[in-house]
Amino acid sequence: MSDSPAGHGPGDIDENGRPAGDGPAGDGEAPGAPRRLIGTPPPAKAHALLAGEPPGRPPAARELPADPPDPAKAKRAERVVAACFLIAMLAGIAFIACYVIFTGSTLTDVQHSNLALGLSMALTFLGLAVGATIWVRRIMPPVELTEQRKPMRSADEDRAAFAETFDEGAQASQFVKRPLLRRTLIAASIPAAIAPVMLLRDLGPLPGTSLDHTVWRRGLRLLAYGANTPIRPGDFSSPGGMITVVPDGYQDDFNALAKAACIIIKFAPGQIVYTSQPHPVPGHVVENWTVDNIVCYSKICTHVGCPAALYEQTTHHILCPCHQSTFDAARGAEVIFGPATRPLPQLPMTVDSQGYLVARSDFTEPVGPSFWERS
Amino acid sequence: MSTRSALGGVGGYLDDRFRGAKGIRSFFRKIFPDHWSFLLGEIALYSFIILLLTGTFLTLWFKPSMTEVVYHGSYVKLDGVRMSEAYASTLNISFDVRGGLLMRQIHHWAADLFVAAIMAHMLRIFFTGAYRKPREINWLIGIVLFTLSLFEGLFGYSLPDDLLSGAGLRITQGVLQSIPIVGTYLSFFLFGGQYPGNDIIPRLYILHVLVIPGLFMALIGAHLFIMFHQKHTQMPGKGRTDANVVGAPMYPYFMAKTGAFFLFTFAALALAATFAQINPIWLYGPYNPIAISAGSQPDFYMGFLEGSLRIMPAWQWVVAGHTFALNVFIPAFVPLGIVMTGAALWPFLEQWITGDRREHHVNDRPRNAPTRTALGMAMVSFYGVLWAEGSNDVIADHFDIALYTVTEIARVAVFVVPILTYIITKRICLGLQRKDRHLLEHGVETGIIRQLPTGEFIEETRPVSEEMRAKLVLPAPPPALPGGGHAPDEDVPPPKMRGGMGRVRARLNKIVTEQVPAGTHGNGHGAEGDGAPARAAIGAGPHGAGQAEAGDSPQHGTPSA
Repeated sequence: MSDSPAGHGPGDIDENGRPAGDGPAGDGEAPGAPRRLIGTPPPAKAHALLAGEPPGRPPAARELPADPPDPAKAKRAERVVAACFLIAMLAGIAFIACYVIFTGSTLTDVQHSNLALGLSMALTFLGLAVGATIWVRRIMPPVELTEQRKPMRSADEDRAAFAETFDEGAQASQFVKRPLLRRTLIAASIPAAIAPVMLLRDLGPLPGTSLDHTVWRRGLRLLAYGANTPIRPGDFSSPGGMITVVPDGYQDDFNALAKAACIIIKFAPGQIVYTSQPHPVPGHVVENWTVDNIVCYSKICTHVGCPAALYEQTTHHILCPCHQSTFDAARGAEVIFGPATRPLPQLPMTVDSQGYLVARSDFTEPVGPSFWERS
Repeated sequence: MSTRSALGGVGGYLDDRFRGAKGIRSFFRKIFPDHWSFLLGEIALYSFIILLLTGTFLTLWFKPSMTEVVYHGSYVKLDGVRMSEAYASTLNISFDVRGGLLMRQIHHWAADLFVAAIMAHMLRIFFTGAYRKPREINWLIGIVLFTLSLFEGLFGYSLPDDLLSGAGLRITQGVLQSIPIVGTYLSFFLFGGQYPGNDIIPRLYILHVLVIPGLFMALIGAHLFIMFHQKHTQMPGKGRTDANVVGAPMYPYFMAKTGAFFLFTFAALALAATFAQINPIWLYGPYNPIAISAGSQPDFYMGFLEGSLRIMPAWQWVVAGHTFALNVFIPAFVPLGIVMTGAALWPFLEQWITGDRREHHVNDRPRNAPTRTALGMAMVSFYGVLWAEGSNDVIADHFDIALYTVTEIARVAVFVVPILTYIITKRICLGLQRKDRHLLEHGVETGIIRQLPTGEFIEETRPVSEEMRAKLVLPAPPPALPGGGHAPDEDVPPPKMRGGMGRVRARLNKIVTEQVPAGTHGNGHGAEGDGAPARAAIGAGPHGAGQAEAGDSPQHGTPSA
């Protein structure tokens, strides 16, 4: 169909939207035109050559002007656009050059490379973008066209025809008439839909009671985090400081530390509000779980689990930097402000035979954020 | 270019096989209306493309693994430090892959721009009523895209496994765990056991690079196809109606413009990545559940959730041996739920209230829908308060206010500010409408004072231009609800409007359709005939003021009245 004998361009489309030449002979020609015998030259050919327009279709009115209204202005703009494109080209070359030149990998080298590559890349895109924008706005002739909209709703006859086709198909499928097929199909698809969800079961173990415990146990030493050295009560030269401690043997185990990380704080005598009860009492520190005015709390915030890492000596407040839950360390880490609902659990502590701080037992309650199974 | 030459060679070859000439011709002539605000969605689209390009580059070197390695790379300050492979490979991309840092920074900036552009685009759609029939479905797709973008962003910035993003993951886990009944299980399934586990980075990775982008592509494809099929909305203007679309054709105008706009977006992101450092993970160090840095801030789009967590009072229920952590669950899910569900339901609610079932293709100016605009601004201010509270520590530090005071103010503000915003916005909209009416009815003040033969001084006005008039006139109101109070002569409302829901609907209808009625511009000189004939006579051009006045303000008597 590279050259239609009827004189159409290969892609021409007639009024009915069919490609010209595909239909019965003469379909695309003027109504009433005599049918042409096969083999004779088409009568429209000469006309088409003269007018440059296929027959059967009036020449369409030009919608877009061919040239800008002010050629001189467009000429000036053309030079600006060309300059922009040249800048883009040079910047592109610069980018390639910079890639080859800047090869170091120290922080400074990388910063220089980043500056050079980023700048040349940005200039490349910017040159092209500015050029193209000026091209559209200053060189292409301004135009505003109006296109008609049809309502989104299909015409009534189309809807009726669709409904008919749909019903025909539904009937032919026998889906409506044969409930046995319908029901067994639905029955078959239910387990097929559940099975993929079941496959996800092994994404993780079930929680069980794992959130209720940490690795702390009787006799486990508290190590100063970082130095990983055991601590004697006498190591605190003066009250006030806070030290992060980890259980001996787990200092590199993130999964253990995410629950077991603790802080110890040394107080001056008389600062702590003690209870002599052997279990936590709101607003009090369990005296029996402390050693020499040193208290140990869980470091994991009871709100959503960030490390409650900020400590203010003068007010003895522990602050979680994530959401500013504030705990009073002298009063059993009770919540003073913020969204946390529970105090940081206190770790029962004592000293071992060599005088090092050790856990007396695990925490007596789950640490960290609340969860449904927590009672 | 003639048909013959365009369809010679390759074009002809392809058309022989696809019969595309007609379809592509109408594609070329597809009309795109112009308005600056229509570019917001394009920014989102182009950021997405840039994210795909830079993201693909990053995957060539990134190792989504939590296997512990000892770092011996180019960044000497972390030499010998134990870290996950994910973190080490991100350092490697930053320091040892040429252009890697640039691509990382473009990727991160593009993610921020992507979400910001989606938000701005959504606000544009909302405030101009572009979500109205027939575009409700596309609005819903947009909301899903917005929600996905938040997850995509959160998962993406968690991948480097640095200390800052680790804090974000820790919070995510705490939030997940707060969900009643299933929360602990969800957390264990996502993390492969107790936090932090060894699985989360590879799992987030596949969600981040395959699952969510796949959903994005499908939904963005649908979003664009629907937009294309329904044709773009247009802002009100001369000759623009609900039955047409006025603008420049796709080829060559829109193609060139939008291509340039893609390059502008890319250039802006490249400049940001060049001059504004973002997420310098080598400064944060590898993740460690014990450590945290003060002043940790998530990416901006997570800020409102962060603020919401910070603002919440310490509430929890312990019932029958179970803990319901309201202090986490409410702030994590309720504000997001209010914003997203509210946005999703609004088009349908508005349709029910107004009874407006017409198609709308000409957008509203925000002032012409005062209640909608006020509601939207109330939502924006609600979001804004939470967002600001997400940086309460930074605010407290910069402005030297006590930290707790900032939070306490925000606790009140989150309720008060949206209400005030609603009231103020509505008044501003109605005021702007009055100004428009004044212009329509009296024309533009020229500043020329003229003495009439009677000795009276008047100010000469010129009627507004036709372009201006097309912008200023109120859109046709929806048909009145039966018994909805629009028609005072209607004595008995139909049964449907008499029930409880009917009365609520009628009441809401009054609020939502509130407009400045014609002829009341509120300047106190609505009295009949105060010099109106003279005003009308002056400067009457081809579209004379007399004609306009007669049409729009019946009580300003024209000579004929």
